[in-house]
Amino acid sequence: MRSDIRAHYDKHKHLLYSQIEDGLARFPMEHRNNIISARNVDKFYGAFQALYDVSLNVAKGERVVICGPSGSGKSTLIRCMNGLEFHNSGIITINGVEVNERSKQLPALRQDIGMVFQQFNLFPHLTILENLTIGPIRVRGVSKVEAEERARNYLERVHIPEQADKYPNQLSGGQQQRVAIARSLCMETQIMLFDEPTSALDPEMINEVLDVMIELADSGMTMVCVTHEMGFARKVADTMIFMEAGRIVETAPPNKFFTAPDSERCRLFLSQILAH
Amino acid sequence: MTDLSAPAPQTAPQTTRPRAQGRGFPVVSVALYALIIGGIIWGAYAGAQSMGYNWQWYRMPQYFYRLTDDGFQWGEIAIGLVKTLQLSTIAFVLATVIGLVVALLRMSGLVVGTAVAIGFLEFIRNMPILVLLYLFYYVLGPVFGFDRFTASILCLAVFHGALISEILRAGIQAVAPGQWEAAKSIGMSTTQAYRYIVLPQSVRFMLPPMTGEVVHLVKSSAIVSVIAVAELTTIGRNIISDTYMSFEVWFTIAAVYMVVTLILSIGVSWLENKYAVDH
Repeated sequence: MRSDIRAHYDKHKHLLYSQIEDGLARFPMEHRNNIISARNVDKFYGAFQALYDVSLNVAKGERVVICGPSGSGKSTLIRCMNGLEFHNSGIITINGVEVNERSKQLPALRQDIGMVFQQFNLFPHLTILENLTIGPIRVRGVSKVEAEERARNYLERVHIPEQADKYPNQLSGGQQQRVAIARSLCMETQIMLFDEPTSALDPEMINEVLDVMIELADSGMTMVCVTHEMGFARKVADTMIFMEAGRIVETAPPNKFFTAPDSERCRLFLSQILAH
Repeated sequence: MTDLSAPAPQTAPQTTRPRAQGRGFPVVSVALYALIIGGIIWGAYAGAQSMGYNWQWYRMPQYFYRLTDDGFQWGEIAIGLVKTLQLSTIAFVLATVIGLVVALLRMSGLVVGTAVAIGFLEFIRNMPILVLLYLFYYVLGPVFGFDRFTASILCLAVFHGALISEILRAGIQAVAPGQWEAAKSIGMSTTQAYRYIVLPQSVRFMLPPMTGEVVHLVKSSAIVSVIAVAELTTIGRNIISDTYMSFEVWFTIAAVYMVVTLILSIGVSWLENKYAVDH
């Protein structure tokens, strides 16, 4: 049996090496330490091109905030990062593993990437506690006792420990979104993606969610947030990205981004969004 | 800013109200139902009287049970009813399995899978069930060595499996796409997402049409009387050929079917209430 494996390895060795070399060539050294890396990504919906040649790197512990007018491809970009949508050309890697349609590792990869949706997407047939434990129990193989302890711990962190036995529809929008954040955290993720997490909330509930996100940022989590909450962005972002019509127009640290952005479009967008 | 907490507590009582309304006793429907049934019985009775039919209802109970010197014995109709229930239950379980496989194939996104599923569905759906039964009994039966009972079960399972696959597909597709995305984003495989997230939520969409399908299956199981499987309808025919009591026997058989399907409907509506809880 062993000699079989050896023979198989020898026969296909060239494929292995050629793949590695190919990967190295496409992937310059300076990008290999990035936890998320996108190179020249294009995305089409039929004939409509949603992303044009998008490249972006996120280092471990970095907080990136993406903003831009609606339809600019922000959500598409973030959804390509965990394979909810697939890009048509270019490369996206998470921890050096390529995200694409053919990847068998996608479920394994997604365990390390938390995603918070605009519409919360909690599981309505499960209690809050079950929403938080189903991932760890069924996907990570954690014991029920340990998963529940972890879940109560994270509910504490998002400030709603008393709601554990209710169902999602019995909670307010802000509470549901905090449960959604806790659900991702229960998977002990390395990266958190936020897709307009406060856009579907009533104004008085936005801050309770943002507070949780700020605490999360302070704990050193790698975060990519699509949001229009510029106050939040100013507080937590290491890097600001402005997108328009499927292109990244401006990438800058927040102090430069908010005071002296290079592009005229970005300046215009900021003046519109910050004017009121 | 003063009544921020007001909207949240309001939502809880609202969710229970629509269900409570549906629970009142439906006086009008029951009266209407009684009127129609009464009309049919009176019509049959009047018709039978005018043709001088000799009613022999007293002879019917022996076909349900007999008390002889040997003690209690089940009669033919009772035995036939058990056979019908057996046939329907096995066929329904098989049909659900077939339906699930076909539905999943159809939604698999594989070109071959979709084609096979649609081909199967259209082939079965556009064929009279009687022809399908002949196919199973006279063609596939000798080839694979099916007896009457097996051929009947397979025929019913395949026919209703095709219909059930459409019910399951509709139920699965009624679950919000965001649920898939959320399940996948916590690292679930497609199988896990189906099992823990999507299927449990689709049950409440599937239950009402599934009830109709079970009732339909129990009733269409009567068709296997043409290949002389000893179920309720066949028993009815046999009794009539012995006794010529067509009116009494067919009324009784019809009533037995009705009791079975009504019990089923009531049972499922109880299940529906259980799953319809608006969490």
